Parts: sequence; C-alpha cells; structure tokens
Amino acid sequence: MTVLPYLVAGWIFLIGVYGLVTSRDLIHAVGCLAVTQSSTYVLLLAVGYRNGGTAPVFADAPTNSRVVDPVVQALALTDIVVGATVTALLLALVVQLRKRHGTVDPDALSELKG
Amino acid sequence: MSSRVRLWVFLVGAAGFAALFAAACFDLPAFGTVPHPYGVRAVHAALSHHTANVIASVNFDLRAFDTLGEESILFSAVIGTVVLLRQARDEHRKDPEPATVHPPVRRFALLTLPFALLVGLYVIAHGQVSPGGGFQGGVVTATALHLLYIAADYRALERVRPLTLYEIGEAAGEAAYVITGFAAVLAGSAFLTNVLPFGTLATLSSGGTAMVLNAAVGLEVTSGIVVLLARFLDQAVEIEDPGEDDGSPRHTGGGGGNGDDEREPA
Repeated sequence: MTVLPYLVAGWIFLIGVYGLVTSRDLIHAVGCLAVTQSSTYVLLLAVGYRNGGTAPVFADAPTNSRVVDPVVQALALTDIVVGATVTALLLALVVQLRKRHGTVDPDALSELKG
Repeated sequence: MSSRVRLWVFLVGAAGFAALFAAACFDLPAFGTVPHPYGVRAVHAALSHHTANVIASVNFDLRAFDTLGEESILFSAVIGTVVLLRQARDEHRKDPEPATVHPPVRRFALLTLPFALLVGLYVIAHGQVSPGGGFQGGVVTATALHLLYIAADYRALERVRPLTLYEIGEAAGEAAYVITGFAAVLAGSAFLTNVLPFGTLATLSSGGTAMVLNAAVGLEVTSGIVVLLARFLDQAVEIEDPGEDDGSPRHTGGGGGNGDDEREPA
C-alpha cells in the first residue's frame, strides 16, 4: 500500500486537531498543536523517500550512492526548530494566563478583562 | 459555542479534510519511487562545495538566507519568552531551597554530564560532515548543562550558568550569521554566498561558509535554549505568586537538590 505513509500524516493531523478542539486544558492544547505540526514532518519525509536510498550524508558513502531527498529533510529540520520555539512561547503565555486568571481551561477564559 | 456544537463542526470539517486529503494522496506519485529533481541537484551542489552532509549544505549554503529567517524566528521566540516570563512588579523572588536527591540519580547525572556536553559539541562541530549540526547539537549541549540541575540543585546550576553570558552568546550567534553574510558582500559576491575555500570533502574544515554559519547557529541555539529553560525554571523554582495560590502544585517543582553540594562539576 504505497499511499499509507501519506495517509498516516493526515491521520496525525486530524487527531491533533481533534485534541485541540476538545481540549479542556491549555497545556494539553499546546501539546496537541505540537502533534498536529508533527504530521508535516511525516508528510515531508514520506515525500522525500526513495526506495533503497540511504541518508544524504557522503562522509562514508560513495558519492554516487542513491540517497533520499535532502531538500525535504532540511525543510523538516526547519519545521522542528520553529515548532519547538513556538511551543516554548505558547507555554510562556499559558504560565502568564494561569497567573492572571487562575485557570488554564480555555472555556473558562471567555470574558474580556481591561 | 458549546463543546457539543464545536465537536460537530470539527467532525464535519475533519470528514471534508479526510476525503480531500485521501483523494490527493491517491493522486500523488507512489511512495519511494519518484525522481527527485531538486534532491539530485542539491546533492550535486553540495558535493561541488565539498560538503558531505547535504542537509547542512542545503541549510547553510544553498538556502542560507532562509536559515537566517529561521534563526531569527528562534531569536525572537526566545526574546518573547524572556519578556513574557519576567518577574512582575507584584511578584517576589525567593531563594531556591535545597532538597534531597537520590545518590544513584546524582551519580548517573554527574557521570552523563561530561559525555552529553562532549556529544553536543561534537555534533555542532561535525555539522558539515556527519548527521547533525548547529540546531541539533545546540539543543544537546544546552540540555546537557541541565543535568546539573538533576544531579545537584538549582543553585549549583545557577553558579555554572552565568545567564548574561548566554544572553550575549545568543545575540552574538545571530550577529555572526549576518556578519558572515555581509563578509561575502565585501568579498564581491552576493549576500551569504559561499566565498571561503571549500576544503577537502568529509573533513572538519570543509564546506566553506557552511562551517562558519553552522557554528554561529550552534552558538545561538545553545545560548537560546539555556536562556529559555532558565526563564521557565525561574518561574517554577524562584518566582512566587502574589496573593493566594489555590492549591496548584507549582512550588513542588523545585526538587532535585541536596544540601551538601560542595563540588561543582563541569
């Protein structure tokens, strides 16, 4: 089944969004966002795979060996770094929310405060 | 919107997405068989610049300008976190209390600390030769330092981690990247062109500016993650809430300490 890796990426995306929608805790929601984003890693790496390909690092391998696509791997690296920093920023926001409003339940945060 | 309505909205949207995504997947080229024109060209370009790790070449040579943007995202996210998690006017700081740590945990952490540090620095230094690079090695190095928090306590970590130095290190890493880019302009090429000699393939000094940019990113990521974790640890260990605290366990997070931390490893 050659479409399975792509479908797995879609499933990870949907399960992450499901967690976001039903979340009752902002820390949990940030975790779900990280899961949602990790679907893009799976999709990128699935697109870049070549049958029988090795890692695109030629320190030991001969320079004519067949390798998987390095461009999407570099994109996945970018994706991971950005995802990690954004997660940190969101968690910092949650820490402040907890301090100012006393709750991390998104449903309890409906009122505006001036 | 009630949670039931929200769930239904999600289910309708998810069904639509699943149908369209699955249809798109079956139209994609089969898994593992497609020719990769960009990949082939990237490999060719990396080898012509004597960079064994093609991913490092893509990040620090072919797409160096994009990596500058990515590095800036990291830089601004760290600044944002520092601003968000600063000590507010109505909060006060208390000294972290020493706590007991199990001897096996402490021994394990102290034993792993030098190796973890070395591995992190190795991964940064060999970014253009073997899998890894500034981003990955930086995270390993920064995390390795925090083994000290597990082995001894927060005060021991604070003594070996002058935060100002790491804040300067983060800015210096970002600046070094931009300066390397402008150095290429002064040398008569475009911004961030690889103007240095390429060296021999698969040696430490190969890759030209990819090597320099990789080291700059390593410095920035190491310092950035240390600063980031320091702010979160400050919140958990040192900064106290103003007023009442309705039973949340935020003060129990300051564990991992022992009274007799007379030595400073690392």
